[in-house]
Amino acid sequence: MSLQFIAPNLDLDFVGKRKFFVALSSVVNLVALFLLIFVGLNYGVDFAGGSVVQARFKGQVAPNAIRDALAPLNLKDVTVQDLGHSGREYLLRFEKVENMGSIGAQVGQALDRKLGAGAADIVRVESVGAKVGKSLRRDAFGAVIVATLFMGVFIAMRFRRVSWSFGAGAVIALVHDVLVVVGALVVSHLQFDLTTLAALLTVIGYSVHDTIIVSDRIREDAMARRRDTLASIMNRAINETLSRTILTSGTAIAVLVALLALGGPILRPSAFTLLVGFITGTYSSIYIASPVVLFWEQRVRTSALSRAA
Amino acid sequence: MENQNFAPILILLALAGAILYLHFTNGAGATRLYLAATLAALAVLLLVPTVNISLPEWWKAYFPAPKIQLGLDLQGGTHMLLEVKLDAAVRSTVTRRADDLKRELKLNHLAFAQVSVEPSGAVLAQLKDAAERTAFQELAEKSFSEFTFAPAEAVGSGPAFELKLRPLEETRIRRGAMDQALETIRNRIDQLGVRETTVAREGENEILVQLPGIQDPERAKELIGKTAVLEFKLVDDSHNVQDALQTGPPPGDEVVYGPPRREGREPFLVESPVLMTGDSVVDARVRPGSRLEGPYVSVDLDQRGARIFDAVTADNVGRRLAIILDGTVYSAPVIKERIPGGKVSITGRFSINEAHDLAIVLRSGALPAPVEIIEERTVGPSLGRDSIHQGELSFVVGAAMVLIFMAAYYSRAGVVADAGLTLNILLLLCMMAAMQATLTLPGIAGIVLTLGMSVDANVLVNERMREELRNGRSPREAVRLGYEHAWSAIRDSNISTFVAGLILFQFGTGPVKGFAVTLCVGVLTGLFSCVVVTRAWYDYLISARKLAVLSV
Repeated sequence: MSLQFIAPNLDLDFVGKRKFFVALSSVVNLVALFLLIFVGLNYGVDFAGGSVVQARFKGQVAPNAIRDALAPLNLKDVTVQDLGHSGREYLLRFEKVENMGSIGAQVGQALDRKLGAGAADIVRVESVGAKVGKSLRRDAFGAVIVATLFMGVFIAMRFRRVSWSFGAGAVIALVHDVLVVVGALVVSHLQFDLTTLAALLTVIGYSVHDTIIVSDRIREDAMARRRDTLASIMNRAINETLSRTILTSGTAIAVLVALLALGGPILRPSAFTLLVGFITGTYSSIYIASPVVLFWEQRVRTSALSRAA
Repeated sequence: MENQNFAPILILLALAGAILYLHFTNGAGATRLYLAATLAALAVLLLVPTVNISLPEWWKAYFPAPKIQLGLDLQGGTHMLLEVKLDAAVRSTVTRRADDLKRELKLNHLAFAQVSVEPSGAVLAQLKDAAERTAFQELAEKSFSEFTFAPAEAVGSGPAFELKLRPLEETRIRRGAMDQALETIRNRIDQLGVRETTVAREGENEILVQLPGIQDPERAKELIGKTAVLEFKLVDDSHNVQDALQTGPPPGDEVVYGPPRREGREPFLVESPVLMTGDSVVDARVRPGSRLEGPYVSVDLDQRGARIFDAVTADNVGRRLAIILDGTVYSAPVIKERIPGGKVSITGRFSINEAHDLAIVLRSGALPAPVEIIEERTVGPSLGRDSIHQGELSFVVGAAMVLIFMAAYYSRAGVVADAGLTLNILLLLCMMAAMQATLTLPGIAGIVLTLGMSVDANVLVNERMREELRNGRSPREAVRLGYEHAWSAIRDSNISTFVAGLILFQFGTGPVKGFAVTLCVGVLTGLFSCVVVTRAWYDYLISARKLAVLSV
C-alpha cells in the first residue's frame, strides 16, 4: 500500500509566472547584497579574530555576575551569551585579546576568584588571531566561489545539447541561494563561523543537486518532444519532478525544522542556514534556473531572427 | 594505529568489485544480492571496534580493523597554530655575527669606533683609521662572506661599512630556524606523554600542534612557548647593582632580573659576554633537593661544554656565575672551585612541576626564535562527549524518520531503499575507518548531505518506476526503465558533488577539508549502495522470485 502526495497528471503553469518570480528574487537579492555590504555578517571568531570561552557552572549564575568577575581582567568588549541551560552554561566572547594563549586560564581563574574555586568549568576555548581570521575568511570565500564556478561549467557541459545556458542558470540560481541565505543570516544576526560555512557548502551542494534533477528531466523531455516550445517542455518537466521535489525537500525540511527547534543555541546557526538554504534551493531550481535558460534562449532566437531580417 | 591489518578492507573492496562486475555484465541478481549481504555483514564486523564494545582477544586477531578517528571537536583536546618569529631568528644571528666581528677586529688589532646592528638589520662598522680599510675588507671577505659589504656614510674620521646579509643566506637561516623550531617543539610535545599528537609544518612560518584528549592544555602551552635559551654569565660584583639601576650599567655590563617572588624581582649586574649557552646540554634531570631549596635540575654538558665550563670555573673561583634562562636569572652560585666533568646543577626554589618542565625544555634544546600562539581551539572532554551524544541522537532520530517515511510511502520499494541506505551508512563509516580519516562536526554535515542524496536517488528511481507502471509496463520493464531513466540525473549530480568535494579539499582549510572528505567518500558509497545494490535486489525479486506485482 503506497502513498501518493501529488496526482500524476498534475499540470501547473510554473514558467508562465517567471517574470514575477525573477523580479521578486532580484529584489530580494539586491536587498541581501545591500545588507551584506552595509550591515555585514555577524562573523564568529573564526573569521573576525578574538576568543570565545564556553563555561559551565555548578549552580545558577546571572550574566552580570560573570561580567563583574571578568572586570579585573580589563578585557574590552565582552559578550556574554546564555546557552539556555537555566543559567548554568555561558558563552563568553572577547573581541580583542592581547595574550591569546592564556585566555582560557585567565577567565577560569577570574571566575574562580569571584564565584569560588571549582564553580566554573571551562569546557571550550577558541582563539583566532586577526591574521589567521583573515586568511580563513579568504579561503572560505575562495572555496565557495571556485566550487560555484566549477558547478556552472560542469552543468553547461552536461546540458549543452539542449542549451549552453543551463550552466548560467545553475550558477545564477546558486548565487541567488547563497545571497538569500547570507541575507537571512545578516537579518537574524546569527553567527557566521566555520560551522555555518560548512552548512552553506551543504546548501550549495543541495541546490546544485536539485537543479540538476529538474534540468535532467528538461533535457530528457526536450529530446523526446522536439516540436514543443521550451516553455511547455519546462512546465512539463517541473510537473513531472514535482512529486520527488516535494518528497525529498519536504523530508529534509521537516528534519531541519526539528533540528532548529530542538538543537539548542550552538547548532542554531547551522540549522537555520540549512533550513533557509534548502527552501530557497528548491525554489530556485524551479523559478530561477529554468527561467534563466528560457530568457537566454528567447534572446538568442530574437537576435538570430533580427539578423536574418 | 596499533592494528594495521587491511585484509578485511581488501576483502570488502573485492566483494564490492565483484558486485560491480556482475552489475555491469547483468549477472544473476541472486548472486549479487548474496554478495551484498556478505558485504554488509563484514562491514558490521569491521565497525565493531569503533562502537567500543569490548572484544575477546581472538576476535581482535581475526578482525584487527582500524577505528574511526574522532576530530578534536568531538573527542576533546587542543589544536594550536604557532607562528615562529623568523625575523627574530635572523636578527639574533646577525647580532651574534656582529659580536664575532668585534672579536675578530680586536684579534687583528683593527681599531673601531662602533660595530652595531641597525634597525634595518644591517651591521654598521665604523673604523678609526683610514689606513685599515684594506685589512678590514680582507677580513670581511674571508670570515664574513655571508654578508655583502658596501661603504657607508662615515660618522668619524675613519671609513664606515655596511654589512648586509645575502638573501640566500637569510633564506637558509629562516629555513634552518623553522626546522629547528619544529624539531624542538616535537621533542617537547613527545615528552608530555600524550598519544597520537600531531606536530606539523604549516605554510611558510607556522606550526600546527594537535593534542587529542589532553587534560592540562595550559601546561602544554607553557612548555611549547618557552624559548629556553640557557646562558651562563659572570656576575659583576665590583660595581653596585643599585647604582647601575639608577645611572645605567657600566660599559660591558647589563642588568638582568631573577624570577618574580613575593618580595619582587631581584636585580643582578652581570658582564655581557655569554660564556656558554644551552647548546652544550646533553641531558637534564630533576633531582630531589633539600627541603629549603626544593628540587633542582642537574645538567650534563657535552665534551666541548665541559671543557669551556672547566676553564671558566678555573679562571673565576670566588666569583658568582649567573645561570640565565630566557633572560631570567634562576641562580647565581659562587664558584667555590674548578668544576671539571661537565655537571651543573640549577637551583631556584622550583616546584616539582616547574623543575620537571625546566628539565624538558633543557633536554629538547632552545627554540631558535620566539613562537606565538595565533590560533587555539580547546574542547574539554565533557563537551566533546556531549557533542558526540547529541550528534548520535540527531543522527539516529533523523535516520529513523527517513527510514520509516520511505517504508510507509513506497511500501516494499521503500524497504529496499531503506536497506540500501543502511548499507550506505555502514560502508561510509567503514571507509572512513579504513582511510584513517578524521571525523569532525563539518564532516558529519558532509555525511548527512550524501545520505540525503542517496535517499533522493531511490526517490528518483521509485518515482520513475511508478510512472512506468502507470504506463502499463511489466515489473521487469518498470525496474529496468526506472533505473535507466533516473540514472542520468543521479550520475550528473553525484559527479558534480564529487568533483566539488575534490576542489574543496584542495582549497579548503581544516574544517572544510573534513567536509570534503566525507562528501567524496559518501558519493561513492551512496552510488554503490543505493543504485547498484538496490538494483541487485530488484533483479533478484524478478528473476529468482518471479515477482508478478511490483509494489512501489
